[in-house]
Amino acid sequence: MKFRTLFLGVVGAAVGVTGIAGVKAAFADEQFIPMLVYRTGPYAPSGIPVANGFRDYYTLVNKRDGGINGVKIAFEECETQYNTKLGVECYEKLKGKGQTGASLINPYSTGITYQLIPKAPVDKVPILSMGYGQTASADGRVFEWVFNFPTTYWSQASAFIKYVAHEEKGYDKLKGKKIVHIYHNSAYGKEANPTLEALAKRYGYKLTLLAVDHPGQEQKATWLQVRRLNPDWIFMSGWGVMNQVAVKEAGGINYPMEKFVGNWWSGTDADVKPAGTGAKGYKSATFHGAGSGFKVHADILKHVYGGDAAKAKENNIGEVLYNRGVVNAMFGVEAIRTAMGKFGNKAMTGEQVRWGLENLNLTKARLKELGMDGFTAPVKVSCADHETGGPVLFQQWDGNAWKVIGKPLSPMVDVVRPMIEKAAADYAKENKITPRSC
Amino acid sequence: MDLWNVLFVAPFADMIGSPRFLLEVIIGGLLTGVMYSLVALGFVLIFKASGVFNFAQGAMVLFAALTLVGLLEHGVQVLFALAATGIIMVLLAIAIERLILSPLVNQEGIILFMATIGLDFVLRGAGQIAWGSNVKPLDVGIPDKPFEVAGILLNSFDLFAAAIAAVLVTVLAVFFQKTGVGRALRAVADDHQAALSVGIPLRTIWAIVWSVAGIVGLVAGIMWGAKSGVQFSLSLIALKALPVLILGGFTSVPGAIIGGLIIGVGEKIAEIYWAPPFGGAIENWFAYMLALVFLLFRPQGLFGERIIERV
Repeated sequence: MKFRTLFLGVVGAAVGVTGIAGVKAAFADEQFIPMLVYRTGPYAPSGIPVANGFRDYYTLVNKRDGGINGVKIAFEECETQYNTKLGVECYEKLKGKGQTGASLINPYSTGITYQLIPKAPVDKVPILSMGYGQTASADGRVFEWVFNFPTTYWSQASAFIKYVAHEEKGYDKLKGKKIVHIYHNSAYGKEANPTLEALAKRYGYKLTLLAVDHPGQEQKATWLQVRRLNPDWIFMSGWGVMNQVAVKEAGGINYPMEKFVGNWWSGTDADVKPAGTGAKGYKSATFHGAGSGFKVHADILKHVYGGDAAKAKENNIGEVLYNRGVVNAMFGVEAIRTAMGKFGNKAMTGEQVRWGLENLNLTKARLKELGMDGFTAPVKVSCADHETGGPVLFQQWDGNAWKVIGKPLSPMVDVVRPMIEKAAADYAKENKITPRSC
Repeated sequence: MDLWNVLFVAPFADMIGSPRFLLEVIIGGLLTGVMYSLVALGFVLIFKASGVFNFAQGAMVLFAALTLVGLLEHGVQVLFALAATGIIMVLLAIAIERLILSPLVNQEGIILFMATIGLDFVLRGAGQIAWGSNVKPLDVGIPDKPFEVAGILLNSFDLFAAAIAAVLVTVLAVFFQKTGVGRALRAVADDHQAALSVGIPLRTIWAIVWSVAGIVGLVAGIMWGAKSGVQFSLSLIALKALPVLILGGFTSVPGAIIGGLIIGVGEKIAEIYWAPPFGGAIENWFAYMLALVFLLFRPQGLFGERIIERV
């Protein structure tokens, strides 16, 4: 009996010690990046391609490059269903994982981002809310731990007006024009309103705001109003099923689709396909290329899917939101690489990655090395500017695929930046934050 | 004064000033109401025949539509796909009866209700596991073209939906009122034990009614799925049916239709003429408010059965 107990004790201890050592070994030289995803629930059609884009890019970096400067990326998905409460739970579950904890967090929901902003400086986990979240966080003096480059909702709204002016052949032609903003009745959907209102005062167009309640499956009242107003242009800040129904309804009242422009969360493959040919001509903003014709896609096909194009297609390669996931993952990886340039080639802490994000300088040459030349614009982040005012592109659905149209348009920084600084100052005052000097 | 004007003067002045637009709003509301009624009918059928509020009706709509579109994607012809989906919904109904309802005979209504909540989760998950979560375009050949009649915009799809609803209601009304099975369904709804004691086969009746509700769900799924693509959000349209049920009554097939029409027109008029002072997007909560106002005067709904229990 004694021998048996002793034997079991020794075996148990050995298993325990080697197990712990094994876990430690697994963590060694691994950079942990949590992934908040929504592969189920009402927004799954948008969440799946984004999550696949992230996953494939991290896998590509591991397989093609052996990790970031030799440090492998470890990632773990947590299902949020695009639900703020679940998102915060996922964050709490994952923030301490890995050798150095979470490197950074991509919340992929404006609601979750708002909840995590106060936690970021406490937990020392930087937030990268790429093109979403709280626009005011572009002011890095107040929002030290939050980054929303390459551009924001407010910049996007200004770029839309710039686009309309371009199409109408001059800003003076905007006077008297009727522009409708159809928006998801949520914090996200309302983000563009202040910018559109400010620009309405400046250029004299008549702005009408039409809210659509979640989930937006029924919009007849909205489109009856649109038909009555007969606007010159429509801008839409929608999400999920709201987009699909809106595109269909626009066709249902014979609205000219080339005058209907969605924001960058309203221009996905899923948004146009249910409307069939009726969606042809619909436009949307974006900040990266469309399709799967870039070198990075060829690399993903080769290294991640072993050349199996059908499987890659099944996993959404080249779709708008897949590409967004790839761009987003690349920004995070390059920020970690930037941090390693200063702190050494080892797993970075959240604090070090925050430094990497703030000193990220993605040049055209570097993008070319990454196989993303022409896929997205160069980015240079600074202490004061966490947005970078990157250019906004416009794309159009030709009935089969999204095609980028025209030249990239830079936002109206002279209008947007003062608004951002004011909103950030208000936030700082409300939350008793002393802004950094940059 | 300004508030008075915004709430009580301007909306009516607008209606009088643009009667054609008002007519368009009313017609739009009626056609939307028909779509709500299609969903509400499924709830009514099950409640009428078994006294169970089927929380899973929205999930059944989703499951049916996902199955249909999944079969179409696999190259099955439309008619065969429709028939196969109908058969799958019948099999599902039999499974629900065997696995969920039978063990709960004579239990409190709330227990059956809780069971349907569980069923809701199972169906949502099973549908997505089997057919995926992506948006699936659905085209079963229903014409979808806008056209104008005397300056009023109509859509052939909406008119088709209205015609389908009319046919469904007629068939269901005849089924409930004129057939032996229909009478048996009503007897079961009144009292399980009493129905059993006079030889009504409870299990068969339940399987029949759940089958019919599944097929009604399929029709609703086709109509809504053709508008927005078949996706998870389809299961949320059940929320639009609740005020219809409150208003029309949980046990009346015509009530589901009339309730749908009233809610459809009411919410459209409210959204267009009264939403601006509230910041827009009032139609969702307005529908519930409208239903609650009706409840104050008719707690059983417009066409619901008035239940008087003597002690």
